[in-house]
Amino acid sequence: MAKFDAEAKAGLSLIAPPFLYALGILAIPLLTILAYSFLTDGYLEIIRDFTWANYAEVLTDPIVLVVMMRSLIVAAAVTALTVGLAFPVAYYVSFVVRPERKAMWLFLITIPFWTSYLIRVFLWKVILGYNGVVNSSLTGLGIIDEPLTFILYNVNSIVITLAHAYAPFAILPIFVALEKIDRSLLEAGRDLGESRAMTFWRVTLPLAMPGVLAAVLIVFIPTIGDYVTPEVIGGGKIPMIANMIQVQMLALDNRPLGSALAVMAMVVVAVISAVFLFLNRRFLKVRQ
Amino acid sequence: MSIHSKGRGLQVYSVLYLLFLYAPILLLPIFAFNSGTIIAFPLQGFTTDWFVQMWGNATLRRALTNSLTIAFSASVLATCLGVFAARASTRFKFPGRGGMMAFIMLPMVLPEIIVAMSLLVVLLGMGVQLSLLTVILGHALICMPYAIAILSTAFSSLDRSLEEAAYDLGESKWGAFRLVTLPLVMPGIISSLLISFTISLDEFIIAFFLAGNEPTLPTYIFSQLRFPRSIPVIMALGTVLVLLSIVLLAIGEYFRRRGNARIGGSPTGGLL
Amino acid sequence: MTDAKPMIECRDVHKYYGDYHALRGIDLTINGGEFFSLLGPSGCGKTTLLRTIAGFEDISSGVVLIDRRSMEDVPANKRPTNMVFQSYAIFPHLTVAENVAFGLRRDPRSKADKAAAVEEALGMVGLKGYGARSAHALSGGQRQRVALARALILKPKVLLLDEPLSALDRKMREQMQVELIKLQRQVGITFVLVTHDQEEALVMSDRIAVMFEGEIAQLDGPEALYARPATRRVADFIGVMNFLPARIVSDMSGVVTVDVDGLGQVELPASQISRANPDDDGIVIGFRPETMTLVAVGAAHTQPRETNATIDEVVYYGDMTYYDLRLDGVGQVNGKPRTVRISMRNVFGRDVQEVGTRTRLAWSPGSLVLFR
Repeated sequence: MAKFDAEAKAGLSLIAPPFLYALGILAIPLLTILAYSFLTDGYLEIIRDFTWANYAEVLTDPIVLVVMMRSLIVAAAVTALTVGLAFPVAYYVSFVVRPERKAMWLFLITIPFWTSYLIRVFLWKVILGYNGVVNSSLTGLGIIDEPLTFILYNVNSIVITLAHAYAPFAILPIFVALEKIDRSLLEAGRDLGESRAMTFWRVTLPLAMPGVLAAVLIVFIPTIGDYVTPEVIGGGKIPMIANMIQVQMLALDNRPLGSALAVMAMVVVAVISAVFLFLNRRFLKVRQ
Repeated sequence: MSIHSKGRGLQVYSVLYLLFLYAPILLLPIFAFNSGTIIAFPLQGFTTDWFVQMWGNATLRRALTNSLTIAFSASVLATCLGVFAARASTRFKFPGRGGMMAFIMLPMVLPEIIVAMSLLVVLLGMGVQLSLLTVILGHALICMPYAIAILSTAFSSLDRSLEEAAYDLGESKWGAFRLVTLPLVMPGIISSLLISFTISLDEFIIAFFLAGNEPTLPTYIFSQLRFPRSIPVIMALGTVLVLLSIVLLAIGEYFRRRGNARIGGSPTGGLL
Repeated sequence: MTDAKPMIECRDVHKYYGDYHALRGIDLTINGGEFFSLLGPSGCGKTTLLRTIAGFEDISSGVVLIDRRSMEDVPANKRPTNMVFQSYAIFPHLTVAENVAFGLRRDPRSKADKAAAVEEALGMVGLKGYGARSAHALSGGQRQRVALARALILKPKVLLLDEPLSALDRKMREQMQVELIKLQRQVGITFVLVTHDQEEALVMSDRIAVMFEGEIAQLDGPEALYARPATRRVADFIGVMNFLPARIVSDMSGVVTVDVDGLGQVELPASQISRANPDDDGIVIGFRPETMTLVAVGAAHTQPRETNATIDEVVYYGDMTYYDLRLDGVGQVNGKPRTVRISMRNVFGRDVQEVGTRTRLAWSPGSLVLFR
């Protein structure tokens, strides 16, 4: 007993500095936001009256609904695109690339992720813009007469930009799941008379599912809260939820309403994450 | 064999995918050395003017100094805190470990706008002057999960009996940590410092809202994106930043792998 | 080898992990200069007991004395013990010499003296001249030797070895067993070995404590342990033992007469009577495969008793052959005939018998153990 207490004490005293740091810099601000979301906005200060009014406003305002739906749709589209495009690459690196070259591939895949996000986003605007790389090249080559418009400063270009930004986030978890698959299982599948395609469908894919779900979560959560891309690509004209929060908080100085928006966004993200974690657990149970 | 034909198709796809990943980065130097002021094809001619202009820009130099200060402080702070958390979670069992670790790792998945906004609201409420320090606090928070992810790998691949052996051979607990554990996780620590540095250097949202009037490189870039005349200089700056990031990451990766090789771990497997 | 002076004494040692009772009243005396083994299946508490002696685990109650000094509040780094870890725990960032010299950091001796001591310790384990090598380039056997040298250079009163041979292949293991015995005789200090391998314990130890579920089931020398297991469980764990159902006919002044299936009536003195386990299926007698002899029908033998049998299965091992026999008068168990296993050395001129052959089993009551 004594030993266990000593170990717990050592562990707790070690974890204390980072935990207290996260408590001070993250938990207290989040709780403040939560508290603000139930207060009333006065002209210059915040009135300390408990109210549901902010939530009522957030839930009934059609603009909030539009922005929230846009965020969800963009995040869902980005997630589907990213994970769908990433799976074959993860499969390639895990199953085809020679073991000693896997690390190099992973390194190559992750590098773009760490390089100036803002500039990358801006470059997509340059690439996709009216006089951008794609359009100026295509018109210059005489392939098209008029610049393509479906990729211009709209939701499509936001989706492409975000899908590019979060690509490594999708590849890595899928790769890890694929790496864990015992290769003899696949041989067993083939040995038991399944075709290659059916072995993939009945053995590989189910075993890779936890990685796919992790990838879905890890892409979906940050994209739904992305601020930079709508700001740079859409020039502020097609805001997502993050931009709306910022506008309420700072430009309009309505912190209670902004807080309510932030809390609602977190709740939506949490609910969706919970659903996926639940699905993941189901898959894990099947694996055992 | 059919494996090869299957592999060939996948390989072509994967290379195209890499090209997609690198497309914007590859365009950077092209426009940075292009003498035309408009970012479009066809190219005009070769010039290094934009780099010269970049170097002559006082605001940019100030932004650079600020960014380096922030990145250095935030990466040291995040890595120190990360060492505590990684050691606690890999070495000790204690009540609430899972919950506390999950909370510390939360910024990894929390939209940064929420971190930035909530911290800003509290700081303004407390009457704290926004400065580089407030950015450092925010950056250390978001770098910490990455630092912990790297350091946990380093700590957990360490044979626990190594430290016990040092203790058994007469060293104090601190001596065992200093003489055995620390040298063995040092590659992880360096790797964590470099990754945190890179994240902080590149971070925009927290810097944008918490720096007050002080520019950092990303906020400076953001402010210039509106002015078409400034774009070529930004391309030059971007080229330099990308090169810097790649160098830092390559060094980080080198240390991470060397650390793994030294304690007999696998060469693959990275941050996640 | 051993002197009578007690080196390690455990008095009613208990250890709890939360609700789990890992050590349940260990009483144990290990003598100075003894090669002592803690033997048992995984989870029996043998490693916990070793780590308790080393000071890595606190005890919940009881006393541990080393060289007659209480070890209460003496941390592992201050105890006169050193340990060879299961993984060897060779510091991968140091050279062989730096590993061996690790414990000498606070030693006041000069650098040259320390280097000489390192070289001597390396010589003792057969690694002379390996000092400058990098530790992570060593083979398993070499790591083990470095671990030994690193511990022995500090001249501990007790050397603790936690499953030191389990990571080695069979040949290397057998070689290291002999080397460890020699090394222990040479340095003359107490060795305490933890192992789950009964053969290893029998080969190496002066005395063995067999542990099950946090308790010592038997503490004896290898021969006594093998020939007279104190409980049926010990008998099962060490080597192969045959069991036959038996009934007690009379029990007078220490001598028990039993009627054994297939063997008939036997008188057994108290020295041949051991405990059954609580959950065993009645009274049995046990005997080792090599204590009985297979003799061809009509051939002469020196054993006092014999029993007729049929060969049910033959397993040929090169130097040995195992015969599974159906003894006349022995019934079935679980719907199959109950067989006993006899081992015969394949000496020159002795033919391997065939399945189905009628044969005789020659034996002596002295080789039987009664579990009641």
